[in-house]
Amino acid sequence: MNKIPSALSLGIRRGGLEIRQFARQRESVVFTLLFPVILLAIFGSVFKDTIAPGVTFSQYFLAGMIASGLVNTGFQALAITIPLERDFGALKRLRGTPMPASSYFIGKAILIFVSMVIQILLLLGFGILFFGVDLPTDINKWITFTWLVLLGSACSTALGIAFSIVPKSGRGASAVVSPIVIILQFFSGVFFVFTQLPSWMQQVAAIFPLKWLTQGMRSVFLPDSFASQEVAKDWEAGKTVVILLVWLAIGIFFSVRKFKWDRD
Amino acid sequence: MSLIEVKGLKKSYGDVHAVRGVDLEIAQGEIFSLLGPNGAGKTTTVEILEGFRTRDAGTVSVLGFDPQSRGHQSREWRNRIGIVLQSSADAGDLTVLETVEHFSGYYSNPRKVDEVIYAVGLVEKESALIRTLSGGQRRRLDVALGIVGNPELLFLDEPTTGFDPEARRSFWALIQKLRSDGTTILLTTHYLDEAEALADRVAVINNGVIIEVSTPAELGGRATSQATVSWRDGDTVKSERSDNPTALVSKLSSHFGGEVPELVVTRPSLEDIYLEMIGETHE
Repeated sequence: MNKIPSALSLGIRRGGLEIRQFARQRESVVFTLLFPVILLAIFGSVFKDTIAPGVTFSQYFLAGMIASGLVNTGFQALAITIPLERDFGALKRLRGTPMPASSYFIGKAILIFVSMVIQILLLLGFGILFFGVDLPTDINKWITFTWLVLLGSACSTALGIAFSIVPKSGRGASAVVSPIVIILQFFSGVFFVFTQLPSWMQQVAAIFPLKWLTQGMRSVFLPDSFASQEVAKDWEAGKTVVILLVWLAIGIFFSVRKFKWDRD
Repeated sequence: MSLIEVKGLKKSYGDVHAVRGVDLEIAQGEIFSLLGPNGAGKTTTVEILEGFRTRDAGTVSVLGFDPQSRGHQSREWRNRIGIVLQSSADAGDLTVLETVEHFSGYYSNPRKVDEVIYAVGLVEKESALIRTLSGGQRRRLDVALGIVGNPELLFLDEPTTGFDPEARRSFWALIQKLRSDGTTILLTTHYLDEAEALADRVAVINNGVIIEVSTPAELGGRATSQATVSWRDGDTVKSERSDNPTALVSKLSSHFGGEVPELVVTRPSLEDIYLEMIGETHE
């Protein structure tokens, strides 16, 4: 009798399968990956103001779009597609096999991570080519960037899986999830300069991860002098890590304890 | 030795008592069919055995394991069973081969992928995307995914819904082949002829209780029940139920002086017996 494959090796296999399935759905590939680039093109062309010495709005907006890309490709995509898989009976079928839940989650995390990396590359490439964004030369900024992407995508994946419990059906999922993401984007300083928002909006946004991800991305892509323009006059890296870790823990808790494999 | 043992199983949803004390024993190597109308408690019972639902009362042992316990042992247990659910329409963007291959990777001792695809008759569709398959082909893929792990126990829920008659026959042959390989099968079906063709024993469930467990031939006293003899006498068709149909036919034969017009002798079909059984308990 051979041993049952480990949860990790099955998770990696599932990741490969998820990527293959995703790549074959051309509409969703184009929508998920190119939509933020299109938004960047529109906003970057309309708002050409300089918001601080050496900082244009398009640079500010690029940092915000990279951060919200973490939310879109992770949280939004999962909270919409998992209820669909549940409606199709795909999850129940998986539940009936010896594949453990953790392998399913690992597979999703791999898919999200890969699509995030592609999206970030697209956004950066577009920003460099058309909006004169300069890549940071300081190694510390790249270290910040790396942990922001890793922690952000982990957080976004876990919360997306957790939130998939909320929509009652696959059809309604998009109507439940998309407004939340769009409102968060407005509140978190993606479409507008954060400090120009009403303070109650800033306070609401400060509860959620997106505000901290956008601020973190600004610390990577804007000059250090811009830190003084932030609400706290600082990039608040430590606080960002703590808040993302708390949300990651919340996401994992609900994913593991409350995940629904079947419609009822 | 019993592969499945159920005693006093109960399950309610709010005020609805779906299962009200079910006892079942299913032996190793048999095809056991659970029959019952919609809402009889059939699906609830099977889903409890499959580990998809928890029970309110009673004991359940499937392959010596309680299906509602979790943890690593539950993976070991799932490694030994196969489940073909009623409907699934997922993973339309993968091919048949990719899907069967992927699922085979979940198990410790899977069947060979090409043998499984051959057994369900999908060799020609092996490279086709799942969303291009017909309903019957999709169903056969469901079966392939249920058996690829080489299960000791296979749950089949309405396996041939949407099959044409020819596909059903070849599916039945596949199931009989699995049994001869030693697989125990729990079949739920709406088709009485399917139960009759495949099952070693059938159980009829209604209103949350098992009414009878028997072989298809003996269910509801079918083997010893009265035959119905009918014939034409002038303008009217007459019929008579009899314990001794042969004697009745020979009496009729001498009455008509040879051939009896439109002579028919029938015994109740499994369907007649079944309908009578669930009709009685409705009152």
